[in-house]
Amino acid sequence: MSDPIIVTRSLARDYRVGTQVVHALLGLDVAIERGDFVAIMGPSGSGKSTSMHLLGCLDTPSSGTYLLDGEDVSGLDRDALSSLRNRKIGFVFQSFNLLPRATAQRNVELPLIYGRVPRAERRRRAAEALAAVGLADRAHHLPTQLSGGQMQRVAIARALVNDPVLILADEPTGALDTRTGTEIMELFQRLNRSGITVILVTHEAEVARFARRVLHFRDGALVTDQLNVAPARAEAGAE
Amino acid sequence: MTLLDSLLSALDSLRANMLRTALTTLGIVIGVAAVIAMVAIGVGAERRMQDLIRGLGANVMVVINGTSIGGGARRGAGTRPALTMNDAVALERQVPSIQVAAGAVGGTGQVIYGNTNWFTRIEGVSNGYLESRDWSLASGRGFSGAEERSAGKVAVIGQTVAEKLFEGGDPVGRTVRIMRVPFTVIGTLHAKGQTPWGRDLDDVIFLPLTTAKKRVLGGRAVRGDYLDSITVKARSAELVEQTEEEVTEVLRQRHRIRPDNPDDFIVRNIAQIVEARAESQRTMAFLLASVAGVSLLVGGIGIMNIMLVSVTERTREIGLRMAVGAARRDIMVQFVIEAVALSLIGGLIGIALGAGGTLLAAEVAGWQMVVAPSAIALAVGFSGAVGVFFGWYPALKASRLDPIEALRHE
Repeated sequence: MSDPIIVTRSLARDYRVGTQVVHALLGLDVAIERGDFVAIMGPSGSGKSTSMHLLGCLDTPSSGTYLLDGEDVSGLDRDALSSLRNRKIGFVFQSFNLLPRATAQRNVELPLIYGRVPRAERRRRAAEALAAVGLADRAHHLPTQLSGGQMQRVAIARALVNDPVLILADEPTGALDTRTGTEIMELFQRLNRSGITVILVTHEAEVARFARRVLHFRDGALVTDQLNVAPARAEAGAE
Repeated sequence: MTLLDSLLSALDSLRANMLRTALTTLGIVIGVAAVIAMVAIGVGAERRMQDLIRGLGANVMVVINGTSIGGGARRGAGTRPALTMNDAVALERQVPSIQVAAGAVGGTGQVIYGNTNWFTRIEGVSNGYLESRDWSLASGRGFSGAEERSAGKVAVIGQTVAEKLFEGGDPVGRTVRIMRVPFTVIGTLHAKGQTPWGRDLDDVIFLPLTTAKKRVLGGRAVRGDYLDSITVKARSAELVEQTEEEVTEVLRQRHRIRPDNPDDFIVRNIAQIVEARAESQRTMAFLLASVAGVSLLVGGIGIMNIMLVSVTERTREIGLRMAVGAARRDIMVQFVIEAVALSLIGGLIGIALGAGGTLLAAEVAGWQMVVAPSAIALAVGFSGAVGVFFGWYPALKASRLDPIEALRHE
């Protein structure tokens, strides 16, 4: 374990609210190994969302440095960050965030469109990603014609399609029932076993137990960093 | 993101809000239809004027008799006989810029051939008249000098008269009777068409000036040596103004008019007459231009409004697009294209409506209007420009959203 994909040094983020300055993240020092499965936990206001935004390159730190895949990204501008996200990070959200009028196939193609991938290759890779999440037969369905679990699988396929080094999932099971949630976790574990680093943001211990490492945040600081020696194996009966 | 991808996604989102799209484009539809109609009327007026100038001759002017005053009442143009054939001859001799000056007297009368008859204009003209009007013979010949001098009973007839009396047969050599006097038709003229106010130029019979005065139109106001008009053709269109001044000068001298007295004749330039007609069409075109301008402005504001609504509605989508790698420029392009698509749809409907309306108006009102390809290009250009201009700000707003805020948006 000496190939970190993420290294942060004193990573901090302040917000100005009116005349007050809110210190959302106080100075995070953490390293995450390539291929790890990490859960970030904490109550709201703990800094877990802020650190997820920083780690996901959606936000820039007020101070400190952030090395992603060996590259210092703390000083990049917005468009450079967009390009970086496009190449290295896949996002999965609680509310799926699919384009409602686009088919599953076209939703999955979206990152490739911004990556300027030619049309034919786009089709092929999107179809592959959909097959990888078990939805090859739903490629031409609209989101409204899919169940919640299926929609989240489409979103995961979209996160996978660019071959990212990192998948960031923000409460991915929050809008799903327990059984479907377990299915989704099973999918994440499977992807993780194939070598993709997964970072999961959740406030449910039930979900965090599937991870190999759990980071707890409180009041803008990392308070505990536990290794989960024997993570639960998500095994849904329906699989 | 390629333009095609942007366009497809724009059409998708426009299709999702059909009614909204239709209502938003309405302003552009009206604006573009007005642009099409405006240009059609403008081009039509221009073309008609050119046709007319070609038909009548841009370097032609007509001198007619001035007004007479009898018992304090002014009787209108042409009522005071002043012009004579000698004036015409003198003009031709004294003004070097004149190519030809021809006298004419005119009236109307019944023309009979066999058992058909026709009521038409009868013009007695001196030699050179047809030349002054650039009017060529379709068949037969013109008047000879001898016929002119001896008041020969010969006639040259216009296309309409030829059709009405002879119905396709060859008129040359036939005898027609005008006011009970038999005339031999010696020639027919090429068709000239209509004046802008709809008078048929081809509905006419020409006789030698002397014949007309002596045998047909005698006893009218054209007593003695007097003429109704002198048609003057300058050597070129550029010389018209100068020629007009010289004609005025020569005639004032000949008629012994003192410097502070008004002319006893009127010089009419054909280009001026046509100009006056074209003016009214131009006013109409200006009116339509105002309608077009206002509609495009209002339509553009409508598009801006809807695009702002759309950006707000789709904040999360914008956030998602940014998260998966859209640069600010990509978002910008997407929304500008959507606005342009919206205005171009309006533009295309407007073109169809404007072209249809124009053709209908041309048919019903008899206006000469031409739907020019340049007008369609102009309309497409205009509506596209409206889309870019009014779509810019909403697109800029979308591209400046913060991805985190946008993803959180409810």
